[in-house]
Amino acid sequence: MPRFAAALLTALLAAPLLVACGGDRDGGVTLHWYVKVEASGSYRQAAQRCSDASAGRYRIELEPLPQTSDDQREQLIRRLAARDRTVDIMGMDVIWTAEFAGAGWLRPWTGARAEQVSAGVLAGPLATARYQGRLWAAPLNSNTQLLWYWKSRTPDPPATWDQVISAAEALPRGRNQVAVQGGRYEGYTVWVNSLLASAGTQLVTDADRPARARAALADAPARRALAVIRRLATSPVADPGLSADTEVDTRQAMLSGAAAFSLNYPEVYAAVRDEAPALLPDLGWTRYPQVVPGQPSRPPLGGINLGISAYSPHPEQAFAAAACLRSAENQQVGAVRGGLPPTIAAGYDDPAVVRAFPFGDLLRASIAAAAPRPATPAYSDVSLAVQQVLHPPASVNPDKDVPELRRTIDDALASKALL
Amino acid sequence: MTEAPPQPPRTRRKRRPRAGRRTAWLLTAPAVVVMLAVGAYPVGYAIWLSLQRYDLRFPSQRGFVGLGNYAAVLGARVFWTDLGATAVITAIAVTAELVLGFAIALTLRRGLAGRRAVHAALLLPYGIITVVAAFAWQYAATPDLSFLSGRAWLGERWSSFAVVIATEVWKTTPLAALLLLAGLAAVPEELMDTAKMDGATAWQRFRRVMLPGIRPVLLVVLLYRTLDSVRVFDTVFIQTNGANGTETVSLLAYDQLAGRLNLGLGSAVSVLLFLLSAAIALGFVWVFRADLRELYRPRPVEPDEPDPEDVW
Repeated sequence: MPRFAAALLTALLAAPLLVACGGDRDGGVTLHWYVKVEASGSYRQAAQRCSDASAGRYRIELEPLPQTSDDQREQLIRRLAARDRTVDIMGMDVIWTAEFAGAGWLRPWTGARAEQVSAGVLAGPLATARYQGRLWAAPLNSNTQLLWYWKSRTPDPPATWDQVISAAEALPRGRNQVAVQGGRYEGYTVWVNSLLASAGTQLVTDADRPARARAALADAPARRALAVIRRLATSPVADPGLSADTEVDTRQAMLSGAAAFSLNYPEVYAAVRDEAPALLPDLGWTRYPQVVPGQPSRPPLGGINLGISAYSPHPEQAFAAAACLRSAENQQVGAVRGGLPPTIAAGYDDPAVVRAFPFGDLLRASIAAAAPRPATPAYSDVSLAVQQVLHPPASVNPDKDVPELRRTIDDALASKALL
Repeated sequence: MTEAPPQPPRTRRKRRPRAGRRTAWLLTAPAVVVMLAVGAYPVGYAIWLSLQRYDLRFPSQRGFVGLGNYAAVLGARVFWTDLGATAVITAIAVTAELVLGFAIALTLRRGLAGRRAVHAALLLPYGIITVVAAFAWQYAATPDLSFLSGRAWLGERWSSFAVVIATEVWKTTPLAALLLLAGLAAVPEELMDTAKMDGATAWQRFRRVMLPGIRPVLLVVLLYRTLDSVRVFDTVFIQTNGANGTETVSLLAYDQLAGRLNLGLGSAVSVLLFLLSAAIALGFVWVFRADLRELYRPRPVEPDEPDPEDVW
């Protein structure tokens, strides 16, 4: 036993030395790019292309992060809080910018570098990479949700949430679900945020000035937004498992035919194309529904930005590599192979992308109109507050919940309360 | 790392006990140091952190706040809700594990053909990693994936509890059964036979002969499982992540620490959970002190037995 302990101790002490030696073997440095697993392999391809193009300056190694945004963030912040020097480039969900920048975990993009990765980028995605007037990341992919439906069941696409639910309620049972992300995770906050913005209010005001940030939630619009959740969650067209549903479930509900509508990312299109091609001609899409009739909806804004860790020992190479990874060519590959919407506006006019996204114009318009989630360093706390007060969806009570949500979000912004 | 010390020369046979005691301390020192490093230090550090406002994302705001974090935790409704959920899971799961485990132990005691195979099969769920078991039961409770039913078990509060508890019971009952089976060995067959010959009914034999004999082991299993269950984390984390009011106290602590990096609040929750476990353990030991003493039934001490410290 003692001998085993000694061996273990030696191994533990020696391991970091071995890792430290591994880097500079072939002249160039190895850059570790932490990013979510991208099933089509387009990230891997981009990493390979950029490594080859660097002429030996660096080699990008993919370090896969978990599936959900919450899990990805947890792994990254644990490493960053521990000043992990093996993190160079991070594929950051658009909602992390303020938190990571505020904590001092990112190197800002400045000067010519900043110009290079901002030129021609859509305004919404670019804004998600900025915080307090500085650029903290390079937008890599954008994303938004569309309303997906079956043309044979709904010939005229509805424009408002009430119309969507009513149209579904008129359909036969078993084929009438309205599939939304109702699980207790970030996807639920995405839904809440877009409903609030579509109703004309928001979660937080002065988000980027921590000392002044407060819950917004104007009374009447907020109640109107929450009423949509309540109506859907208590309607027979809600999935009985709504309170556990993630994007995977809502996509599956479309594929299985149980859902008549789904609010979801373009992955739905790719899934139907690849797994149920016979259904593809029946698949319809339209803009995210309105809360107030006639008032344009504010769809969700997702996507990934590339940030450079403050603890990276190779910032120069990391900035160059990140700029390469988000190049127009690599965004095109991501769009065509992986269905990842570009952040460079001109990307949507690329013939190959137009073929991959028959709904490309709607996508670009939705991203332009999208409502970002609050850019506060305490964003993850705000999101927890939303989930705590408003989950499960069927428990939402607009009159009671609006003041409570306001109170809980103020607590979250102060980061002093238990959530 | 530590070789056995050389046998002391025979002349040291008459050493005073104090020197022997010092040797004993020296021998246990490495273990004590390791225990302090992996046990006491983290606990002490957590207590120290729990007295501070310390969020890794806002390092500039760090400061000593005394019991402020505890006030925030105890004043938050979510803490009490989570404590309630933990109590529900613990009470139902531990009761079910004891009853089922006892039933299984009694069956096994009867002696079956292929007893070894039965033992191995019985232990299988316990050998499965909790996370894997949690996923398996989650799939079983998900419509479309399930062979059970089309019901969305994890969509509502009480059915979510049912799935979590079923997973816990499925996984830990085998351990309870095996421990209880070992305990049953302490009740001699002859005693049961004698009771039978004396005309005791099956129920009387169970109540008056078997239960008293196995009581100490039963209590140890109860304590062990209660302490484990109060800290339940993996099953809930995987299956609901706390949705539908199934969040437990350890999940709450995890959210504050891993999700928010709020070391002050998270440590306060952890310390409270530690105190709760300690209180359960101490209270249990005190209430059942007589029964537990049975476990260590000491051999009668011979008056002229040599002092254990004087063995050299």
